[in-house]
Amino acid sequence: MTPDTRSRLARRSAAAGLCLMTILVAGPLAADPSGFLHPLGPIAEIQRTELVWATVAVMVAILPVLLGTPFIMWRYRRTNTKATYRPQWHFDTWLEVGMWGLPIVIVAFLGIWLAQATFRIDPYRTIDAKMAEELNIELAGPQVDMDVVGLDWKWLFLYPDQGVASMGEMVMPVGHPVAMRLTTDTVMQAFLVPRIGGQIYAMPRMATRLNLIADREGRTEAINTQYTGLGMSGQRAEVRAVSPGAYRSWISRAQEGPVLDDETYAIIAQSGSVADAREALGLDGTTPILFRLEATDIFDRVIDRYQNPEGVARDAQPGSPTYNLSSGVLPEADQ
Amino acid sequence: MNFPFGRLEWSDLKPVHLFTHEFSIDNLVGSGAAWMVVIGALAVAVLLTVMGRWGWLWREWLTSVDHKKIGIMYMVLGFVMFARGVAEGMAMRAHQTTALNGGVLSEEHWAELFSTHGTIMIFFVAMPFITGFMNYLIPLQIGARDMAFPVLNQISLGLTATGAALCMISLVVGKFQIGGWTAYPPFTGSTFDPGPGPDYWIWAIALSGFGSMFSGLNFSVTIYKMRAPGMTYMRMPVFVWTALCTSILLVFALPPLTVAAFMQALDRTLGFHFFTNDLGGNMMNYANLFWMFGHPEVYILVLPAYGIFSELTSTFAAKRLYGYTSLVLATMSISVISFCVWLHHFFTMGNSATINVAFGIATGIIAIPTGVKVYVWMATLWRGRIRMTTPMIYMTGFFMLFVIGGLSGMILANPAINWQVHNTQFIVAHFHNVLLPGLLFGVFAGIHIWFPKAFGFRLHETAGQVTAILWIVGFSLTFLPLYFVGLMGYPRRSSGFEDPALLPYMYLTLFGALLIGCALLGLIATLWISIRQRDKLAVPLGDPWDGRTLEWATPAPPPPWNFAVIPHIAERDAFAREKVDGKPFVQPPDYKDIHLPRNTSAGMIMFIATTAFGFGVTWWMWWLVILSVLVVVGWFFVTSFIEHDEVTIPAAEVRRHHNAWIEAISLATPVTRDHETDSRNRGLADTDMVVAS
Repeated sequence: MTPDTRSRLARRSAAAGLCLMTILVAGPLAADPSGFLHPLGPIAEIQRTELVWATVAVMVAILPVLLGTPFIMWRYRRTNTKATYRPQWHFDTWLEVGMWGLPIVIVAFLGIWLAQATFRIDPYRTIDAKMAEELNIELAGPQVDMDVVGLDWKWLFLYPDQGVASMGEMVMPVGHPVAMRLTTDTVMQAFLVPRIGGQIYAMPRMATRLNLIADREGRTEAINTQYTGLGMSGQRAEVRAVSPGAYRSWISRAQEGPVLDDETYAIIAQSGSVADAREALGLDGTTPILFRLEATDIFDRVIDRYQNPEGVARDAQPGSPTYNLSSGVLPEADQ
Repeated sequence: MNFPFGRLEWSDLKPVHLFTHEFSIDNLVGSGAAWMVVIGALAVAVLLTVMGRWGWLWREWLTSVDHKKIGIMYMVLGFVMFARGVAEGMAMRAHQTTALNGGVLSEEHWAELFSTHGTIMIFFVAMPFITGFMNYLIPLQIGARDMAFPVLNQISLGLTATGAALCMISLVVGKFQIGGWTAYPPFTGSTFDPGPGPDYWIWAIALSGFGSMFSGLNFSVTIYKMRAPGMTYMRMPVFVWTALCTSILLVFALPPLTVAAFMQALDRTLGFHFFTNDLGGNMMNYANLFWMFGHPEVYILVLPAYGIFSELTSTFAAKRLYGYTSLVLATMSISVISFCVWLHHFFTMGNSATINVAFGIATGIIAIPTGVKVYVWMATLWRGRIRMTTPMIYMTGFFMLFVIGGLSGMILANPAINWQVHNTQFIVAHFHNVLLPGLLFGVFAGIHIWFPKAFGFRLHETAGQVTAILWIVGFSLTFLPLYFVGLMGYPRRSSGFEDPALLPYMYLTLFGALLIGCALLGLIATLWISIRQRDKLAVPLGDPWDGRTLEWATPAPPPPWNFAVIPHIAERDAFAREKVDGKPFVQPPDYKDIHLPRNTSAGMIMFIATTAFGFGVTWWMWWLVILSVLVVVGWFFVTSFIEHDEVTIPAAEVRRHHNAWIEAISLATPVTRDHETDSRNRGLADTDMVVAS
């Protein structure tokens, strides 16, 4: 390759690279909204802002490299005998100060920002009036308590105070804080609602917490990002942030659904999709399943299942290939 | 349990599936891969038999304790596994591109692919590559004749090969686990996956983990104890510094992984409850142990590549390295801080905000020395005389792409953002972004540089350049789009997606993957062309690149004893200084007998016995387990009574060999860098640096 064709090649590939980058970046911003770049609430909004500022700050450090490398490579090419050549030069105090100082300053900034953001939108932090003020939003109503149980391969959303549960969809009222407890009744999972907030692990025998709030109506998905087996990619439930009125009517619709008793729970805990669960329960249709709750302690009993000092047999563990319905019934509540 | 096959059944033999199972692309890919392993192994065996090379293979290679040969064997092992890893990567990209409505592979096969791809690429490609480089270069660069523990070195190779062999066997017999390269329990526990997949993973990791830890011990002792006289720490080549830091990391980081793998094995095989859902098992402990290894591992892999980049900038810019002290400080600080950041792999585990913040900031801090390194390399290029040959093309690609990986790393360091992109394709993009440009480009550049040292002829320059550009473009198209896919909320390891907006990205990455496939072929073609033209490319005099460090002051390939006389070191880059002063290659006044360790079959015995052990536990063939343990223990017992003898190279032989080389040098004409890549370059350099110093 002659130097001439090489430089032409370099120019062309640089141009092609630039075009490609533009297309790539334009995509997520222009595409059909999914992901936290199109937030439905203040938490995802902060996450987006952090992403932008972290990118800008780091750009200060890497732009010299991105611009300087082609320049240096070209300017100090061997054939350019006009350029200065200093083969023994190996130290400069001010350059040292700069090359250590610049990253230190940037990381200090980033450190402060990340600390502020992390404390501000900590998933465990209850969204109360003080936090609402910090987030610059109005609370439209009281907190909605939710329990989330990860099953193979679907999320079970329990609304104990409303006496309902749902599988395949989650509905939350706009402006109301949602306080979740999460666990799983199988292997570990990870819960993320991209346009609203997240993410937190859900682990068997343990309860983790996640606080969410939406400040505008819209839809997104609750996904499991942790690989949990063959149906994992289908473990996504539609999440709708709706007006409080629509939320109430959804609740009353759910209250007319079938009862989620122990026997039903053991059936839906089997590995499979929401559609599989629907079929196993003998329900018609393809929509998400809405349940009426009689016992509101399902979540606690799921956690209790694994506290048994005698252990839990394999066939009593949902998600195990040997799981069977008769052994898999949840234990009675500890009283 | 049936003797002697344990739980192994005929249906576990994958090659048979091609005939017994319904035909599908999935079956063809899975069973076809098994056939490729079988046919490949048979082909090698037949080839060796026809050429009558078994004895040669055994004497010259498999039983050799020469660090150079062991290093080359690590590289060969790495390349065999790399070919598999790339093929798997391409199969995965093909699946994901078609995954809007299902995808060409079955769910289970897809899961096996991402698990083996990750496991192989980290443990049996990247690790052998860097271990190979360290093996080859450390003694040559510090002026030693071999490693501190040559036999242990061979055993390390044997154990690494054991892990690779178990991965290959799993392709033919049974199946690999499907829980990703991290193998998080309880998913990989016996309750949810009775096996044999996770067992293969556990034993591949646990056994090769010992090998890597031994390598770390061996390298660090070698560097501490066997440097040539006068080579103080601050006179060591930067590659040796990075190798030292990596060795320290190997010693401290591998044990948590090995222990975690053993705990999983106890859970699975003996019914323990370390990580089960019930009886107090806790998978969070696994996550901590795994990443206590996992994060330093990133730096284990990338530091030697940094070392290669450091050597390469100064050599190919014909200039002294800028900021040696800063580079050493930065390397050391990276290796210390790398132990303080592991929690950033699970900001999502429900830790308190304070803990997340602490680890987020620590993660930011590790970017400081990394940033310094990039600036140091740029300052080295500044006011140099840069030769834009293959290594420098890789270096340019590394500069431009690695900083993007750094950017995404800093984004991920922020827990608030991490909660959104954790476990998504953003992560996949990030770690490929740091490991391909950071590690692989360094390795390929390094191969281009040191191949002539090892084999006596250069690699074909044009072929090398085309391959380098294919790698850079292929990488960019394959992995940069995944950042955006991740931002749109596509989880990693997910076999399918429902959002058609992702399709353009998927096509782009598939195209990139095809380019990477071409790049792999480019590597093979480069090697092929170079072997065909080896006479034209020969550089027997040993210094084709106007090198700066000690290894270039030896013939190519170096004799088994490396140096006729152990050199005395008066300053950094001693060989470069001698060349500037116009008096390299001085003949010593007298020669002495050289003692080298004799060949041993220790490594092969360990390899075979530990592979049998891993296979035995995986399939519950307890007789095989007992037998292999007896072999290992018995070997250690017996050899402890055998006195280790040495081979003596008489002084006359050393003198003859050395004189022949010196004479060839005196007859040759030094070539300037203008002719570096043409056939005039026989390995005697007319240095650029005289011009202006």
